[in-house]
Amino acid sequence: MDQTIVLLIAIANNIALLTLISLGLAIIFGMMRVINFAHGEFIMLGGYATVLSANHGINLWIAMLVVAPLTVGLIGFVVERLIIRPLYGQIITTMLATWGLSIFLIGAVTTIFGNTVLGVSAPLGNITIGVYSVSIYQLVLIAITAALVGACLFVLNRTRWGLIARGTVQNPTMASAIGIDPTRVYAMTFMAGAALSGLAGGLLAPLSGVIPQMGAAYIARAFVTVISGGSAMVIGTLSAAGILGPTVAILSYAATPVIGEAALLLLAIGLLRVLPRGISGLWQGGR
Amino acid sequence: MERLKSYAFVLPILLLAAIGPSVFEMFGLVQISNFATMALAVLGLAFVWGFLGVLSLGHAAFFGLGAYAYAITVINLNESSFAVMAAIAVPALFSVVLGYFLFFGRVSDVYLGVITLCVTLVLYNFTSATADPSYHIGAAPLGGFNGITAVPQLNWPGDAEQFLEVETTFRICLIVLALVYAALVALRRSSVGRIMVAVRESELRSELLGYDVRLYKMLGFSVSAAVAGLAGALFTAVNGYVGPSAFDLNQASQFLLWVIAGGLGGLAGPVIASFVFQYVSTYLGTSGVNTDLVFGAIIMLFVLLKVRERVPALWGRVLQFRRPARRVQAFTPSARAVESGE
Repeated sequence: MDQTIVLLIAIANNIALLTLISLGLAIIFGMMRVINFAHGEFIMLGGYATVLSANHGINLWIAMLVVAPLTVGLIGFVVERLIIRPLYGQIITTMLATWGLSIFLIGAVTTIFGNTVLGVSAPLGNITIGVYSVSIYQLVLIAITAALVGACLFVLNRTRWGLIARGTVQNPTMASAIGIDPTRVYAMTFMAGAALSGLAGGLLAPLSGVIPQMGAAYIARAFVTVISGGSAMVIGTLSAAGILGPTVAILSYAATPVIGEAALLLLAIGLLRVLPRGISGLWQGGR
Repeated sequence: MERLKSYAFVLPILLLAAIGPSVFEMFGLVQISNFATMALAVLGLAFVWGFLGVLSLGHAAFFGLGAYAYAITVINLNESSFAVMAAIAVPALFSVVLGYFLFFGRVSDVYLGVITLCVTLVLYNFTSATADPSYHIGAAPLGGFNGITAVPQLNWPGDAEQFLEVETTFRICLIVLALVYAALVALRRSSVGRIMVAVRESELRSELLGYDVRLYKMLGFSVSAAVAGLAGALFTAVNGYVGPSAFDLNQASQFLLWVIAGGLGGLAGPVIASFVFQYVSTYLGTSGVNTDLVFGAIIMLFVLLKVRERVPALWGRVLQFRRPARRVQAFTPSARAVESGE
């Protein structure tokens, strides 16, 4: 019984982790058709923002929930101006440019902060379930992710801003004809996506610590989740995480985390063989 | 004459192979052998990306698989000839399986890039996690993050005790580079190669003309994997070592950088770029500047300024290279169809 609860928490935790690390990437990809290869480095920068500000005396929660997304959002603003905008519409070229950005950011952070692990301790301690002990912070992480997904869905579907954004994605020409500047919408979207990645990095920093190369640990999972999800940004990512997360959790539990990650990739490749447009291809026609 | 010209790049490589041992010290020879194996690997990517339009971000996966296959086979069998064959076969087979899912699933270019990259990262994580002695294949422990050390060098075929000298290995690396270059040029000039270029120019038209695009893409993908595997084998033989770093992002991005800098659509350009950048990289490494910082910035600059269109043209004027891709277009089925049909 206790073991079942712990396994269920591990599964929920895996789904939440996949969703959290993928959401920023999914929004940028879904709205702008831009594959952001520097996504892992945005997560890394969010982690650094959190750890550095927490170590300088700022409250850890503020550091995670405010400083990290703000910092990375601003970096995203600059990146969009300098790199994404000139290449808009050229998917492959953008991919290569953000690849360069990713390496550049790793190099820059290594040069400034050194090639060492920095960290903050995870807050909140543990609770015990039978003989097992579960970190409360992991439960909070699940709750925060759920809240984030809810917020994204609300903003996209229920607010004026979401309406404008969705309209621009569907038909930029028409949007600009009725007085909306698509360039501004894209800039805001990229900033929002970057901020979400930064938030993810901030929330993960207490768990793993930060090093300049930490992005590589997340990008494979984030990319796999997003492309399995397909073009429906939030729901697609969530359903992909819902399928892939438990698989990884169970296999990591039964075998090793590396086997879990390999299975994640194999499952996604198999899934794409059947549904080339990802899971959202099930309920969306062509686009 | 025209045909001979497209093979001309073989000459400087062979010249280097001939005079190298009398010009360079031991250290220089090993270093150039290293550069040559990497240049060989980038030929595979330059081929599949430049001629077929298939951007494989996971070229390092095949390189690493070849490197590991060589190390494992040579430790178990003590005969480097079999090991080199295994290093070609393993990545080629892997690429066929992966290619089946990617090309026959008709995933888009973007997804193809992302998936090949993810495969590389997973291989990196997997090999890094094999430190436990229980992970071994025959007599070869996988060694986790430290990799496989003390891998035997190349030996004379059939005589496992007789290792090749540094000079001979140096010559073999360069001669293999020249041979593979010539083979890829020949492949491009063949009818299969022309269809591949047609696929790059327009998948739809090639398909309407009755060519199975998926098959050609898979073929090109496997050729590039085999070339990368061979390069991985030689790399391991020269260094006596292979580790997870063969699969890491740095490796993958170096291949990309060389092709972008050397010019997409050519083969000689990426080879020259690989030599130049590897030299710069060694130089930066000793001077304490962070190579990631520099190379990341260079990739961004190249892409943003679209120098990939300019640089090869400039080099072409200086070195009398022609960009083959442009000319071949006139001979592709798609272009011919346009000329006669419209």
